[in-house]
Amino acid sequence: MSAREVPQGRLHTPFYPRMVALDRLNAWHTWKGYTVPDALYCADTEYFAIRNSTGVFDLTPMTKYRIAGPDALVYIDRLVTRDMTKIRPGRVAYAVWCNDAGQVIDDGTIFHLQDGEYRLCSQERHCAWLMDAALGLDVTITDETADVAALAVQGPTSFAILKRMGIEGLGELKPFGLMHVEFEGCALMISRTGFTGDLGYELWMDPESAGQIWDRLFAAGEISGIRAIGTDALELARIEAGYIMAYIDFLPAHATVRTGRTRSPLELGLDWLVDFKKPNFNGRRALAEENRSGSSWRLVKLDIEGNKPANHAYIFADAKGRRNIGFVTSAAWSPVCKQNIALGTVRMPHGAPGSQLWVEIFYQREMHWSRVMARAEVVDKPFWFPTRRGLTPPELV
Amino acid sequence: MTDGYDAIVVGAGHNGLVCSALLAKAGKKVLVLEANERVGGAAITREFADGYAVSACAHLLYQLQPKVRKELGLSLRLAGGAMQTVALSPDRQHVRYAGDAVSGVANADVRSYRQFHGQMARFANLLNTHLNSAPPRLGTRHYSDLAKLARLGFDLRRLGRDEMRTFLRLIGINIHDEVTERFENPLLRGALSLDAVLGTHLGPRSPNTIMTYLYRLAAGHGRLSAPQGGMGSLAEELAQAARGAGVTIRTGMPVKRIIVENGRVAGVETNSGERFESMTVVSNADPKRTIMELVGTRHVETGFTRRINNIRMRGNAAKLHLALERLPAFAGLAKAEYGDRLVVAPDEHYVERAFNPAKYGESSPQPVMEITFPSVRDPALAPGGKHVMSCIVQYAPYALAGGWTDAAREAFTRACIETMGRYAPDLESCVTATELLTPVDIEREFHITGGHWHHGELALDQFMFVRPVCGAAQYRMPLDGLYLCGAGAHPGGGISGAAGRNAAMFILKEQSA
Repeated sequence: MSAREVPQGRLHTPFYPRMVALDRLNAWHTWKGYTVPDALYCADTEYFAIRNSTGVFDLTPMTKYRIAGPDALVYIDRLVTRDMTKIRPGRVAYAVWCNDAGQVIDDGTIFHLQDGEYRLCSQERHCAWLMDAALGLDVTITDETADVAALAVQGPTSFAILKRMGIEGLGELKPFGLMHVEFEGCALMISRTGFTGDLGYELWMDPESAGQIWDRLFAAGEISGIRAIGTDALELARIEAGYIMAYIDFLPAHATVRTGRTRSPLELGLDWLVDFKKPNFNGRRALAEENRSGSSWRLVKLDIEGNKPANHAYIFADAKGRRNIGFVTSAAWSPVCKQNIALGTVRMPHGAPGSQLWVEIFYQREMHWSRVMARAEVVDKPFWFPTRRGLTPPELV
Repeated sequence: MTDGYDAIVVGAGHNGLVCSALLAKAGKKVLVLEANERVGGAAITREFADGYAVSACAHLLYQLQPKVRKELGLSLRLAGGAMQTVALSPDRQHVRYAGDAVSGVANADVRSYRQFHGQMARFANLLNTHLNSAPPRLGTRHYSDLAKLARLGFDLRRLGRDEMRTFLRLIGINIHDEVTERFENPLLRGALSLDAVLGTHLGPRSPNTIMTYLYRLAAGHGRLSAPQGGMGSLAEELAQAARGAGVTIRTGMPVKRIIVENGRVAGVETNSGERFESMTVVSNADPKRTIMELVGTRHVETGFTRRINNIRMRGNAAKLHLALERLPAFAGLAKAEYGDRLVVAPDEHYVERAFNPAKYGESSPQPVMEITFPSVRDPALAPGGKHVMSCIVQYAPYALAGGWTDAAREAFTRACIETMGRYAPDLESCVTATELLTPVDIEREFHITGGHWHHGELALDQFMFVRPVCGAAQYRMPLDGLYLCGAGAHPGGGISGAAGRNAAMFILKEQSA
């Protein structure tokens, strides 16, 4: 990892001045050292932009590592649980990586930028682990978090906006595909990825050209309802999409002290990402053993009766609340699904899809607390999975 | 698989030979591949000057496990009888000790030493029981692990309440505190300090140097002997025992890599490109070399790789060999005592001060030394009437600042000869040839990463349940078919054979299950 000067204090992304100009709430927080908005004018409106028009989210603070060198594929394939030999250049893979005990360190996306060159994006920083994983391999790891500015452009009109902006060839880009284009003299990478479960793209660019691209994007999107959004709106969208979040739905193994507080990919419903046909990857031996002997936990998606969000609720096997089997990790009323939804963790063997559980919800009205025991059905599919998400080319709306 | 083997042992070090012999005795078809032209690894006798031969590394035998000797039926021809340690004094007031007896010190120290030796011997016995089997894994519910842990607890408790407390107090602390508390005589303190730190990157004030002292005492309470013909004759006898049991030993066959196919070991490939197939490969090489170089990190997991990579194994002990025209005149030393073990460690502070520069990548200007004249007991090692001197000299750090250049070697050799010159002023005039083996040379010649005797520092964080690393302490590596049988595995280095024997027992037990 190359040595260079590290900026001190709380950082601003290249899009910060643009967001400040739109900001009405002055509600900010930090994300990996960067100032980012909770919401800019109204979290609800911003959420509806994702689902009905287009929301633009600044994901520059997302941790980005460049992985390159003759052993890059060997490296990546050993690092994560899924088979990376199938991910060709120009494709993106959602992946999860584990420690030797098969416990999840983090999840993220891996962009196969070109032959032998990858970008790994994740919420957490992983320098030490990635460097250790490079021992004995001919590969270089570069933290390029600050060198790449990124925007998520998400929603049903996102394709139309980008096309209007002048991006050529976007219609052929399939979900989890990426393309390199030159836009007004700026190198731009576009991937059909996102954290909203909707039609959407992510734009990756040099911080120098960030302002220019933002301006052209918003100019092109004005008549299609483009809106800058904060993390509150995104949080709701990702729960609807059934995406899990580090520190919320699971604890990164390296941040965990107590035994039994980590989770394996099998316990997070990510068994489809674990390829036991690979002879070696980090966590393989432990996961193979878990596969044989059974997991301790299961991540469940819950469709809960009523309309009171089940945040922090205990999950029970019975209506009387005698058998506590787990807890809710993320919960929300989903405006687009008109459902009371939640992600939770339950002890095995509970929580098979289709089974019925009970959630104990506490809520407050004018200071007084009330409690309901709400019926919850375990569902298999994401709560929100619109057809447009998978259409190639997407509809021009 | 036409010429497949039940097991291939990489390296014919003494542990590799012990392991292969025991595997073959149990009916396995075993192949041993040794990089060097001769068997024995670092346990060889070799000529360093015309007609002058010495044991290249270890030159005294005190740790060979009786069980190894018995199970392989080793006859073990020794040169001469019992050997004592003489702690050299510049003013001829040498202190001599062997077993629980010490002379040349005040009566109070004689009593204290007897008591000290008795207690240490009891603790060493306890330790030794557990050096002779695979250590239990921690954190499992497996019956054998729990039973072994219970046994360890029981053995501790059986010492009696006070002794158990003393043991638990001592096992982590340093030898300096203990010798200064118990003894008045500085020579005795110095010599015992040296005993504790020999071959390690530790000073007498470093933690767990009581543990290293107990480790030294474990197999034979520190009784010293020298094999007839040097350490190489022991290796030859081990090789003979192995061959007798049906082992094929091929020398001059450096293994380039351990072949991994479909996530498991499938054999080895030598530098010359020859491939040998086996589903079991037992590495006598050190853990770092085995995993990082022979297997390759791509075939194992990252956490394990990190642990292996972080094993502390930078050697700090050098070997100095002198060809002598005649025996130098050590003041106050009887003729017969030239066959004993002489040590230069005037007091415990001297040993610690010798260690200080090593922390910063410098060699000791005033080294501590263990001196023997092997040719006194075994005249065949030198031309008629002449002698060889074999010394272990500390501290000579592996990563010497500026590297082990000719000038650095010359300077350290000079420091050693000058240090001995204080006890034997005519030494320099006796010397006709010298050889200094620094840890860098030991690494090159014997393929031990860092040139560390023990294939990994002997310290509590690299001992028992966590040797070589946490989660892989039972000879079996987290790669199907791969085992360790060298000093880097439990219990550690020294010419003991325990690691090789334990590994063989573990493999046989696992493969019969």
